[in-house]
Amino acid sequence: MNERGPVRYVLRAIVLVYLTLLIVWPVFLVGKNAFAEGTGAFVDALTEPTTVDAFELTLVVAAWAVVINTVFGVLISVLLVRYTFPGRRILSALIDLPLSVSPVVVGLALLLAYGGTNGWFGPTLESSGLQVIYATPGIIMATAFVSLPLVIREVVPVLTEIGTEQEQAAVSLGANAWQTFRRITLPAIRWALVYGVVLSLARSLGEFGAVKIVSGNIVGQTQTATLVVEERYQNFEQTAAYAASFVLAAAAVLALIVVTLLRPGHAAAPTIRASAEVATPLTTEKDPA
Amino acid sequence: MSIEIAGVGRRFGDFVALEDINLSVPAGQLTALLGPSGGGKSTLLRIIAGLENADSGTVTIEGNDATRLPARKRNVGFVFQHYAAFKHMTVARNVAFGLEIRKQPKDQVAERVREMLRLVHLEQFADRYPAQLSGGQRQRMALARALAIEPSVLLLDEPFGALDAKVRKELRDWLRRLHDEVHVTTVFVTHDQEEALEVADQIVVINQGRIEQIGTPDELYDQPASDFVLSFLGPVTTLDGRLVRPHDIEVAAGPVPDSVVGTITRWTRIGYEVRLEVTPTSGGDPVQVQLTRNDALQRGLAEGSTVWLREVAPVNGAHSPVPA
Repeated sequence: MNERGPVRYVLRAIVLVYLTLLIVWPVFLVGKNAFAEGTGAFVDALTEPTTVDAFELTLVVAAWAVVINTVFGVLISVLLVRYTFPGRRILSALIDLPLSVSPVVVGLALLLAYGGTNGWFGPTLESSGLQVIYATPGIIMATAFVSLPLVIREVVPVLTEIGTEQEQAAVSLGANAWQTFRRITLPAIRWALVYGVVLSLARSLGEFGAVKIVSGNIVGQTQTATLVVEERYQNFEQTAAYAASFVLAAAAVLALIVVTLLRPGHAAAPTIRASAEVATPLTTEKDPA
Repeated sequence: MSIEIAGVGRRFGDFVALEDINLSVPAGQLTALLGPSGGGKSTLLRIIAGLENADSGTVTIEGNDATRLPARKRNVGFVFQHYAAFKHMTVARNVAFGLEIRKQPKDQVAERVREMLRLVHLEQFADRYPAQLSGGQRQRMALARALAIEPSVLLLDEPFGALDAKVRKELRDWLRRLHDEVHVTTVFVTHDQEEALEVADQIVVINQGRIEQIGTPDELYDQPASDFVLSFLGPVTTLDGRLVRPHDIEVAAGPVPDSVVGTITRWTRIGYEVRLEVTPTSGGDPVQVQLTRNDALQRGLAEGSTVWLREVAPVNGAHSPVPA
């Protein structure tokens, strides 16, 4: 394949043009428009109290969603890979549901289940003092729902690949289940986990549809950053809308850069190749390096 | 007796992996579980370790009933075919793992790790990661890790199976010497009869979930209890309707009583050894014969010669020495 020069260059050109038209150029325009009225206007737009509130809320929600999805993501991954039980394949398929179903539908579903006045579960919670819908818990739930598969889809292949032998070795050396998980399994999946966490974080920061339904969009209370973007845009405050968009896009790009640096090959983990030394195991070996 | 196995059975669905296994493993000895793949030997080893549960029967280790004891409380050292090295830990941390789990004082752990690494000749690799070691080195690290916890028994599951032939041979000799030094009751699984014959004090031949025979290497080789054991422990050929070893056939250039006459149809020389294929004049399958090159030359044999074959009856313990 490497020898066929023309094909290679044509392929590259097609991919580059495609990515430019679809992603690079539009995102660049967001940045350009954010600074269209100068840096002062950009900073003013972002330091407006309601915008600051919205970004704070977004950070809190994303942090909670990531923590929840990390804990449950690892639990579900271990369950899926290390145990066989009836309904395992259905569970595995169900985990992809948040990726395939529209976030708006997710929002409506949560509204039906946890709505304060006529939800299936909501009135009970509300009478005990926990308001879910039109409050932060609902926004966290919606965000956790849509980013659920990201950690699991990263961790499951790695868990499958490392197999069970290291864990069995740990058990035979006296480790209990928790020690085995913490000392053997967790270090083995750590890069996949970090990768999944960063992706979840990026996804959580940008969630819009599900959050819009369950939050009620109350300015200064349940308005997240993406909702600010929409509202400013509809009120013809273009600069404010683009400024907030720019920050969200920058966060996502930053996350992707982090992920790229963490990918195997860039990782600081000891992946030095086994030197193809001729084993002379019974005599004293000299350091081949 | 160090390990007592009584009435152990194990099924996987319809497949009978083990059926009514009764076995005593003597203390301080090196015992081989030998048999073809899928015969149940690894399952038996994993049941002893507690990594697998038996459907029936009991396992007793050093007089204590271990049948219901979880693997982590059995104090057995287990070595896996593919090393099961903890990839994110240095060699020293790998070896220290079991001791750290047991919450031994740091200086004691360090001392024991040094001692173990000296035993397996990996002292200067203490700070390496497993990925920086060769296969043989990794397996010796795994052995040090298993021995560090001073296990009641050491179990090895095809320990040299993933290594190339030369390293395998070296490690085998080395395991034998190590065992003579450490004297821990050791059970290892292998499908390589040469490995079992060379290393083990006692061999247990397992086939299709059952024990075919238990004995010393000599007993098994000279008095096989069944055709299966005979053919599994070494090469066999059919002479006059009976299974015999190719090197237990006497080749004569002239007529001898009670012999089969035939023509040499193939001549293959491998080092000091000559392998002949003799097609009987009376018809039937060709007979495989092994003899030393000197023997063959002295008798003036060549491809196409007519020869007379008969079995050298292997008298117990005094049969013709195998060229080595």
